[in-house]
Amino acid sequence: MRQFMQYVISGLATGSIYALVALGLALIYRSTRILNFAHGDMATAGTFVSFTLLGMNLAPIISFPLAILSGSALAMLFYFAILVPAQRRNATALGQIILTVGLGLILQGLISYFWGSDTKTLTFPLSDSKLWRFQGLVISELGLGTFVIGLLGSGLLYLLVQKTRLGIAMRATSENLPAAQTLGIPTRRILALAWGLAAGLGVMGGLFLAPALLLDPFFMLEPFLKGFAGAILGGLQSLPGAILGGLILGVAESLAGGYISIAFKNTLAFLIIIVILLVRHEGLLGEEFKERV
Amino acid sequence: MDLTESYREELRLIRKPWTGTGIGLIVVALLVIPWLRMDFLVYMATVVFIYSIGVQGQNILIGYTGQISFGQAGFLAIGAYTFGHASALGIPLPLGLLAAGILAAIFGAIVGFPSLRLKGPYLAIATMGFGIAIYQILLNSEVISGGRMGLVVKKLPALFGLTQQVTFYYFTLLLALIFTLVSFNTISSYAGRAFVAIRDNDIAAEAMGVNLARYKLLSFAMSSFYMGMQGALYSLLIGFLEPNLFTFMESVTVFVAVIIGGLASIGGSIMGAAFVILVPQLFGGMKELVPVIFGITILIILIFEPHGIAGRWLKIRLYFRNWPFR
Repeated sequence: MRQFMQYVISGLATGSIYALVALGLALIYRSTRILNFAHGDMATAGTFVSFTLLGMNLAPIISFPLAILSGSALAMLFYFAILVPAQRRNATALGQIILTVGLGLILQGLISYFWGSDTKTLTFPLSDSKLWRFQGLVISELGLGTFVIGLLGSGLLYLLVQKTRLGIAMRATSENLPAAQTLGIPTRRILALAWGLAAGLGVMGGLFLAPALLLDPFFMLEPFLKGFAGAILGGLQSLPGAILGGLILGVAESLAGGYISIAFKNTLAFLIIIVILLVRHEGLLGEEFKERV
Repeated sequence: MDLTESYREELRLIRKPWTGTGIGLIVVALLVIPWLRMDFLVYMATVVFIYSIGVQGQNILIGYTGQISFGQAGFLAIGAYTFGHASALGIPLPLGLLAAGILAAIFGAIVGFPSLRLKGPYLAIATMGFGIAIYQILLNSEVISGGRMGLVVKKLPALFGLTQQVTFYYFTLLLALIFTLVSFNTISSYAGRAFVAIRDNDIAAEAMGVNLARYKLLSFAMSSFYMGMQGALYSLLIGFLEPNLFTFMESVTVFVAVIIGGLASIGGSIMGAAFVILVPQLFGGMKELVPVIFGITILIILIFEPHGIAGRWLKIRLYFRNWPFR
């Protein structure tokens, strides 16, 4: 039992990173109906910015927010400079998804060009080896920090979306774009903000993941796919679903790694994706979407 | 563009004598290339032929049927490893190639099943999951992947007094021509029209009497057969298999080739394959910048020329057809 609880706890720590990534994906998907294939690469770019800033001896408290802001700025730039012109030329939904694939490729190439593709370590204020114990359960300082930041990030996002005027505008825009435009909501700026927020959440996940893994241009690929799986599990349309999906995926992975085999751990996410999509493709909390001719 | 008066004319692939002359000239040029004795050129052309097979298959799936897929690397790996094991068991080469294609096609049909219910982005994720799951299975199972030593594939022997490289060049050229012919014929047949109908509106297509399940699965199986064949030929080319040949990047390369060449164009697929193989060669010293070039090309093509190189080529031809009257 204690063993089980231990797996659950370490699963929740990784799960909260998946939840942050999944939140970003769901935020973009439900406001613009675009699956952002560049999400992982945006997060990687932000994390590398913080690596450079930390290398210039800036305190983490300054460099982390700067990194998150730079990730957001990148996403908004992409929205205004690429997506909006493409939409003006009547790009299809498929075309817009492919545009994000293109952006992902560009970022990936530029990151390995400027920072090199060798692995680096990010100096991080929380340590991976310092352990906290209570009642026989062990959690590393980093794991605890990750969990707290995951809760904090999703909580703040919840407050923003549900309790502020801006949040109402965001919900209106994702519910019905033409109606929101008619009501005088600046939908372009709102959508750009959604992209920025999503990328910021991704960078946050990347920052907390980098000390556990090593930093290289491809380090976000796997967490990004896991985040995808989490978002699908919870329902791509739903923000609480993304958090729930990410956490469930983290715990399930940790249990599978502990009780079945480590090799199975990575394949599990994709099994979950395929099973969920076959059985209930709107996810746990998503609403079914019906299409008419 | 052309006026066709009967179904027989509609089915004809070469409608004008000069189109036939052009294609004939290209084929003759390709046949002559090895006589120039430029080994590197022959090698690159071989790779382009191999890739053009898979890219055509994916274009049938993505461009004509409109089912977005990111699982190409998985089918590539299935084809390559099937062929590798078959040749290790001493199964003759044509049978091995066929087995590679057929096994990939079976997996394609299995992966196609979600496509009966899923659309657009969801399908993209499901297929992407498949591709990456295959890669991870390869990483973790030494029986299939041959462990740390990799799997050695016997190369094609030298035949008819030619060198090994030239023999393989002609072999791939022949296969690429056959597959191109098959794709052109599929597209102008009932199946091809059914694919396009599914892409344009699947509910309307079903109402018109297209069997959705059959043709979606057929499209998946066919594209995977092509992909499996590409994998088998690729393993013959390099003679050595390891899981790292089949990462997600490989799927992206094929996908990029389809987009750059032009959705729903067989000729475009060949040009796209040539693009993704030859352009990185121009930037030999800076391997890191290859994805950047691919990405920028995708952005430019999707914003300014959604039909890719093939669309631009068609516009150029139309311009010169009416020249100087426009």
